[in-house]
Amino acid sequence: MRNSIFSLALNALSGHKHWQPTWRDAEPRAAYDVIIIGGGGHGLATAHYLAKIYGITNVAVLEKSWIGSGNVGRNTTIVRSNYLLPGNIPFYELSMKLWEGLEQDLNYNAMVSQRGVLNLFHSDGQRDGYVRRGNAMRLHGVDAELLDQAAVRKLYPFLDFDHARFPIQGGLLQKRGGTVRHDAVAWGYAKTASARGVDIVQNCEVRGFIVEDGQVVGVETSRGSIRAGKVGMAVAGASSQVAAMAGLKLPIESHVLQAFVSEGLKPLIPGVITFGAGHFYISQSDKGGLVFGGDIDGYNSYAQRGNLPVVEDVCEGGMALMPMIGRLRLLRSWGGLMDMSMDGSPIIDRTPISGLYLNAGWCYGGFKATPASGLSFAHLLATDTAHETAKAYRLDRFATGHMLDEKGQGAQPNLH
Amino acid sequence: MRIDCPFCGSREIVEFSYLGDAGVQRPAPDAGSVFTDYVYLRDNVAGRHREYWYHGSGCHSWLVVERDTRSHEIFSVDYAHRETVR
Ligand SMILES: Cc1cc2nc3c(=O)[nH]c(=O)nc-3n(C[C@H](O)[C@H](O)[C@H](O)COP(=O)(O)OP(=O)(O)OC[C@H]3O[C@@H](n4cnc5c(N)ncnc54)[C@H](O)[C@@H]3O)c2cc1C
Ligand SMILES: [Zn+2]
Repeated sequence: MRNSIFSLALNALSGHKHWQPTWRDAEPRAAYDVIIIGGGGHGLATAHYLAKIYGITNVAVLEKSWIGSGNVGRNTTIVRSNYLLPGNIPFYELSMKLWEGLEQDLNYNAMVSQRGVLNLFHSDGQRDGYVRRGNAMRLHGVDAELLDQAAVRKLYPFLDFDHARFPIQGGLLQKRGGTVRHDAVAWGYAKTASARGVDIVQNCEVRGFIVEDGQVVGVETSRGSIRAGKVGMAVAGASSQVAAMAGLKLPIESHVLQAFVSEGLKPLIPGVITFGAGHFYISQSDKGGLVFGGDIDGYNSYAQRGNLPVVEDVCEGGMALMPMIGRLRLLRSWGGLMDMSMDGSPIIDRTPISGLYLNAGWCYGGFKATPASGLSFAHLLATDTAHETAKAYRLDRFATGHMLDEKGQGAQPNLH
Repeated sequence: MRIDCPFCGSREIVEFSYLGDAGVQRPAPDAGSVFTDYVYLRDNVAGRHREYWYHGSGCHSWLVVERDTRSHEIFSVDYAHRETVR
């Protein structure tokens, strides 16, 4: 049944006893046209667009755990398209447009909330940087507004504007940015992909590739071997490990990023705010908890939990920005594994091995990219050509020198 | 996480900065495409990893630490330059 106000009323009147599972928990079959490794946001979105736009439905998404157990269910839910480089802006703006129509497309409530993302600046140099970024965005048709201090005060009177070290001078606002309920994104894409015939197979870990004549023709899994015409990897923090099974070495390091949520509060922070003098970003969930985060821990990690110094650093950032949160109690914190690439930008490309395709390098910003990443990866898998907006995300750009380094940090993944 | 610096003793992780994989070897200047691999490609292992740390808030030594990237257990800490002695 389609989700609607009527289906909700009908189920409510019958005591919520007749809800059907949102998607089919499939058994693996022997062969598919396309196998996608990784049931995170990107893998499931790829399956949805493969089926819906490219008509390829003989597809399996293989997930080693349960869908949504990875970063798609661990992130701080912020979506925005306020990038600087020409290789990035059209891609993230496509993603923003897809977010805007996502719930209608999926017939699923993902709580897409365009509550605005405000990046604060604290110095003249930083303001000039944001002016440039805002202009770059507007040249690409993306909304951006530069706010002076008075305008920020009107929006968020509770910020510490006259902080001795980091006074707030203003901010760059993207009104169309906001938040999306992250696990609903996984479930929503799973729902529509599954309805079109895609098999979503959980507890199915890929442990190796079946290679014949130098070509990938399937995968070995914890639930047996499965053959496929094409295999796409979308395993985020596990990218290097899965690629290594095919003998590939990637320009990626895995790092842990933590997130935090406070006890529930009455409505306090209407939008998303990022601190410009440290790494701190915050929003309030519809349940009332303040959701916030900061920097990655900074060293290679496969532990899905972080260390205490970053907890302290994040809380210091929060206190510098809005001292009123000082007496709040933390409810939970957790970590997720980031596939930090060497230039801080993603890769959506064929690999040197025929039959094997790569979607990786999302760093800590891949949630906002989920729809465009799924569409572009589906385009690549279906047509063997790069999607219009994803042409810069080549694997060989590190060799040819066409890096996409938004932060200008160089080949140092822990600094992006 | 703490690192047992051979010069300073056991210190908190915040005193150190991280550089990354200590296994990569800088090739000869005319080595060609091998240079790309050196700069950009990493094994990124889940397990024992030899990596560079700099004791910036201590003795300013470059260290090579062998650490398990899954548990953060540290197996050994040495000076990066073999000729450095205590
Ligand atoms: C704490 C935190 C905060 C973040 N905040 C934001 C934010 O505010 N905004 C934003 O845009 N981005 C954010 N991100 C980044 C974003 O969440 C990720 O870039 C994005 O989710 C990665 O893509 P994914 O959803 O496909 O990954 P995942 O959900 O991690 O999916 C990968 C899947 O692959 C599976 N897998 C791995 N190995 C195998 C195997 N061998 N066989 C089968 N399956 C396998 C994993 O189990 C996992 O489910 C954040 C991330 C974290 C951790
Ligand atoms: Zn020392």
